[in-house]
Amino acid sequence: MPAKGTVDIDIERCKGCNLCVPSCPTDCLALNTSDTNSYGLHYAYLDKEEDCIACMNCAVICPDAAITVYRKEDQSKQRRTHG
Amino acid sequence: MKKGYKLIYQRPKTLTDTRINYCPGCFHTTMHKLLMEVVDEMGIQEKTVGVCPVGCSVFAYNYMNVDMQEAAHGRAAAVATGIKRMLPDRYVFSYQGDGDLAAIGTAETLHACNRGENFTFIFINNGIYGMTGGQMAPTTLEGQKTTTSPYGRDVEKIGMPLKMAEIVSQFDRVAYVERVSCNTPANSRKAKKALRNALEYQGKKLGTTFIEVASNCPSGWKMTPEESLKWLEDKVFPYYPLKVFKKPDKKEV
Ligand SMILES: Cc1ncc(C[n+]2csc(CCOP(=O)(O)OP(=O)(O)O)c2C)c(N)n1
Ligand code: SF4
Ligand code: SF4
Ligand code: SF4
Repeated sequence: MPAKGTVDIDIERCKGCNLCVPSCPTDCLALNTSDTNSYGLHYAYLDKEEDCIACMNCAVICPDAAITVYRKEDQSKQRRTHG
Repeated sequence: MKKGYKLIYQRPKTLTDTRINYCPGCFHTTMHKLLMEVVDEMGIQEKTVGVCPVGCSVFAYNYMNVDMQEAAHGRAAAVATGIKRMLPDRYVFSYQGDGDLAAIGTAETLHACNRGENFTFIFINNGIYGMTGGQMAPTTLEGQKTTTSPYGRDVEKIGMPLKMAEIVSQFDRVAYVERVSCNTPANSRKAKKALRNALEYQGKKLGTTFIEVASNCPSGWKMTPEESLKWLEDKVFPYYPLKVFKKPDKKEV
């Protein structure tokens, strides 16, 4: 299935609490346990971009407001507006 | 911006850019975010005044970009009373932990509720004194271990954990009382709605509005953030149920 959305995670704000990962209904997030941000904390990242459905669950539960969510614009509409 | 994508969620602009220093997974952080989202959506940044407690959220004024006043430990309700009486057109909230609101500040809390002061309490009940290193609070659960109840809270000596939402909903002049949490996306959405309701009722001068948050303290509870969510489900919600205890009549709203 093509992605319906995507997220940006501000890794400097992320504290690796891992609350977002299990709240994603399509399991597309993961915690990077092999790297840290400048505060020495692990951080979450979008592991399977193709599965994001832009439901915003991760952004709603993220305490630190580290996640920005985008919805993919309708391709057919896009062609019309730019065409 | 990303090309071909529409922005549908971003950090509320009324949260400052300062990095929030609460522990990973702490609901203080989530509640700051949800509250500032509501302030943004209602367009009331310039008309909102918060009162900070003593406790971990003593730093709230660094993070919420609205007018804020620090209160002495437990006295936030008294300070909020003064601010709201002098500036009745402002949206005033007190933001307090359980050690602040329900131990040292119990008198101020109950009397402000009894008077029906027209401001919003945001009560973060994490069952422990977080800031000072995890001592027992009035809200610590029966049998719960803390640094000052190493064998678990003994209710024979200490009494039962205080149910503040249930208590304050008994006052005639209290308009709205709800207990919420932010342990799941669905509950976080409900918590945000409750904050919005409270500020809207305050705008309509309906009386005291009181939002209790069944919150967590992963550090004080000595758990990971994920374990703290399980503790909430298993232990906290059965004793502190999430529900609306009181709301205004339909015709008032
Ligand atoms: C008059 C006074 N007494 C005691 C203290 C010590 N003290 C600081 S924070 C705190 C309790 C904080 O607990 P809570 O209100 O539950 O907030 P949390 O840190 O858990 O968010 C205490 C007793 C103080 N600062 N001032
Ligand atoms: S928006 Fe929804 S689907 Fe996309 S990463 Fe977040 S939780 Fe997962
Ligand atoms: S919920 Fe937020 S802070 Fe926690 S791991 Fe996910 S992005 Fe990081
Ligand atoms: S000590 Fe507890 S209440 Fe304080 S910031 Fe850490 S987790 Fe939150």
